[in-house]
Amino acid sequence: MNTYIRKFYYGDIPEDKTGGNITSMDSKSDWPLWEVFIRSKQGLDHKHVGSLHAADAQMAIENARDVYTRRMEGVSIWVVESKYIHASNPEEAGELYEPAVDKVYRHPTFYDLPDEVNQM
Amino acid sequence: MNDSLIQYTLHLADNSLILGQRNGEWCGHGPVLEQDIAITNISLDLIGQARNFYQYAARLINENATKVSPTGGDLERATEDTLAYLRKEREFKNLLLVEQPNGDWGQSILRQFFFSQFQYLLFEQLQNSKDEQIAAIAEKSLKEITYHLRWSSEWVIRLGDGTEESHKRMVKAVDELWRYTGEMFEGASYELRAASDGVGANLSTLEASWLDKVKDIFNEASLPIPEKVFMQTGGKEGRHTEHLGYILTELQYMQRAYPNSEW
Repeated sequence: MNTYIRKFYYGDIPEDKTGGNITSMDSKSDWPLWEVFIRSKQGLDHKHVGSLHAADAQMAIENARDVYTRRMEGVSIWVVESKYIHASNPEEAGELYEPAVDKVYRHPTFYDLPDEVNQM
Repeated sequence: MNDSLIQYTLHLADNSLILGQRNGEWCGHGPVLEQDIAITNISLDLIGQARNFYQYAARLINENATKVSPTGGDLERATEDTLAYLRKEREFKNLLLVEQPNGDWGQSILRQFFFSQFQYLLFEQLQNSKDEQIAAIAEKSLKEITYHLRWSSEWVIRLGDGTEESHKRMVKAVDELWRYTGEMFEGASYELRAASDGVGANLSTLEASWLDKVKDIFNEASLPIPEKVFMQTGGKEGRHTEHLGYILTELQYMQRAYPNSEW
């Protein structure tokens, strides 16, 4: 399913000045969507933080830098075009996840952890 | 006390402030959300640089003033705010380039590219300035500028080498802005003095490297380098295009209407 974002203008900049009016409803002229993953510090894993539009990978990384790391959130950025992400179907949640519900013995909660272990 | 150092510092501050203000006009109007944030981020970087230079200039002015008038009394003390908000058009020493109107996105990008490329080379030299404060500000700003340069170069290539429409707009932008690039390398009296004191940069050596870099990017962007263009000058000495007055009217409105107001 394709969704389109329409830009609305306000203020004193006429539409023909912004360049934004060039975007059309034609999906070919829309920039693809990218998913952004940020590593907040060395040693931690990259976490999904959101998505953005960009024309290519380079621009996606720069956009991610400007949109998602303005407040020192990250030391490394991954981007991947959203279309390459394959997701499980929510309608299959029953067969996928419910079988685990009654198997509490798989949780490590039955062990007494020594006090010295604090990163569990 | 060295008056040309004050003027030189104000010149560097004004460049960053005025371009920061110009870029800030894009806030809420960028072609896409991500680029809106990118250019306003650059604005904030520039205004940050301006603050550093204004604070230093204010310190120099105040040190200078107390020497001239040791009685003190009602001496008006300069601050970063009085320098940004209470000086008149003729007192601003920014380049004509940075006060030019935003035009379309391509024109704003190109203005940023011309300026960032210049600032990059300039601050590279200023890092070694004999004036420790200027050297420190230059060193701190250089990381930001490296990113501004990368971002704006890529956009110049993307638009110049893009569609027929984007190419046409970039050629028009070059035509519009090229005449303001010569001023960057023509030293005002305070710049020459600062350079001979080892405080400022040697502008004549910057020109060739600037042109080389711009040629590289224009080549990739399939944009022609204009030749034999008459260069507009005067901004560094306070003679501005008609645009600066409007910028200052907006920028200084609050302090003029409500003197000494604070957030």
